[in-house]
Amino acid sequence: MENMTAWFRRKEKGIQTATEEKKDTPKGLWYKSPTGKIVESEELAKNFYVSPEDDYHVRIGSKEYFEIIFDGNKFKELDVKLTSKDPLKFEDTKKYSDRLKDAQKKTNLKDAVRTAVGKSMGKDLVVACMDFGFIGGSMGSVVGEKIARAIDYSIKKKLPFLMISKSGGARMMEAALSLMQLAKTSAKLAQLAEAKIPYISLCTDPTTGGTTASYAMLGDINISEPGALIGFAGPRVVKDLTGQDLPEGFQTAEFLQEHGFLDFISHRRDLKKKVNLYLDLIQNNPVRSSEN
Amino acid sequence: MEYLDFELPIKELEEQLDKCMVIGEESDVDVSETCKQIEKKLAETRKDIYKNLTAWQRVQLSRHPNRPYTLDYIKAICGDTFLELHGDRNVKDDKAMIGGLGKIGDQTFMFIGQQKGYNTKTRQYRNFGMANPEGYRKALRLMKSAEKFGIPVVTFVDTPGAYAGIEAEERGQGEAIARNILEMTRLQVPILVFIIGEGASGGALGIGVGDKVLMLENTWYSVISPESCSSILWRSWEYKEQAAEALKLTATDMKKLKLIDEIVREPAGGAHANRDKTFTTVKNKILSHYKQLEKLSPKELVDSRMEKYAQMGVFNG
Repeated sequence: MENMTAWFRRKEKGIQTATEEKKDTPKGLWYKSPTGKIVESEELAKNFYVSPEDDYHVRIGSKEYFEIIFDGNKFKELDVKLTSKDPLKFEDTKKYSDRLKDAQKKTNLKDAVRTAVGKSMGKDLVVACMDFGFIGGSMGSVVGEKIARAIDYSIKKKLPFLMISKSGGARMMEAALSLMQLAKTSAKLAQLAEAKIPYISLCTDPTTGGTTASYAMLGDINISEPGALIGFAGPRVVKDLTGQDLPEGFQTAEFLQEHGFLDFISHRRDLKKKVNLYLDLIQNNPVRSSEN
Repeated sequence: MEYLDFELPIKELEEQLDKCMVIGEESDVDVSETCKQIEKKLAETRKDIYKNLTAWQRVQLSRHPNRPYTLDYIKAICGDTFLELHGDRNVKDDKAMIGGLGKIGDQTFMFIGQQKGYNTKTRQYRNFGMANPEGYRKALRLMKSAEKFGIPVVTFVDTPGAYAGIEAEERGQGEAIARNILEMTRLQVPILVFIIGEGASGGALGIGVGDKVLMLENTWYSVISPESCSSILWRSWEYKEQAAEALKLTATDMKKLKLIDEIVREPAGGAHANRDKTFTTVKNKILSHYKQLEKLSPKELVDSRMEKYAQMGVFNG
């Protein structure tokens, strides 16, 4: 008996494969959505990275959002060279400095946010977009500084600001330095509000933790995409802490709208049009109708 | 089309007219003269009935199931430019209170109003146009956003009252309405208020303070509904007609008492009899009043609004 059950017993706890040993799934020609719908990669890109059969909004990064928002994918990137330091010499299962290097190598990004200015439907717009691929889209000093500078740019040039959040929250490896980025970015947004420049916060899948507890919830309008996860504490944390079963659809964009935190949810295909419609309305400009 | 009890003679004549026209189409008999006669009689009857409506009949008309509601007005006036905005950033998106931005010509307006439903399902969804505190807080959030960007506000009032529920009290229904009233008196952008249906008490005033308050002809506005007034003062629901008279709740009475600024005429047969005409009238009223109000500085605007409300009330000594 002892021997037989041993076959089924896990000798070591958890999954032991180190990140560097994980096999990257090859970039295939097909994408499979969580409901099992299969779509060709090229077709997916053409459909704004939304699975056409079930409208599943695939997680995308700054590259794709810039492509969607900016006319002809033309934009000027701001503060490209900012990179993170490791002021706390932080080490968990891995040194933070190594983690940063690996993330940069893996994603080809400098950090978890990119900021840019470009034309959207013919008018200049400042966009900051987070990349979940870079350490879970976590917010450290660089993310805070780049967002703050993008807002400064908005104020200086009197241009509306669009923040696209996609983040697990503050970056633990920068501890309280990360925490204070909530205050830093919020202070900047207060200045933007003083200047009466419109701020749109787009919360994408996922927007959680310190990001939600700062700039993601502070838009003149907060908007989202169907099915996006938005919350402060993640669903697992809430469940563990309260011991309660979570209601269906808990912390989805639809749940957030029902509870009063989102102005509207937009299909990604309508995103550019709706963002610009809002800007035209709130700035009392003629409504632009044609795509540029 | 649904008919109220005092509209039955109209219904009868409309049916006669329909029959007459069918006969004309299906046979060779020349009915044009008869049809013309009926049409004439119909117009006269309609005029007679609507000329001398009692207060209670106006209350009935204000609740007519075919009457246009807030979103009907906004969609007709703004078309594709309307962008609905949701939520109070606190607990809920109240379906009984709607709002959003829209254009009339080159000008953006922030529209806010109570919304009723069209059938059993949507009436429940809209909570019969009775907003919770979160509805008033959503309205205020949108007004403050409009103020920030210098966008004028238009509100449509159509409510049997603010919702009287346990949770509404827990979340501070009174506080929410009070806050709105205070903030609306000092909002730095023009506010136009249209009573398009029922204007019940604090629930109405919670989005009803403005530079110009206009009542459509067949609406009512008072401190309480005639039914509730009857039940409290007469201790029976039976005296609603008397209560309606006594409360002086019609547009004419409200204008005489200087509690509203203007009465908006409705098409013969009421707003629902010719919806498009009603929408056009309201749209033109918005534009003409805004044209006057936009000339004022924010300070002049708020000063004259404050002064207007300071004048309300009747007393000796």
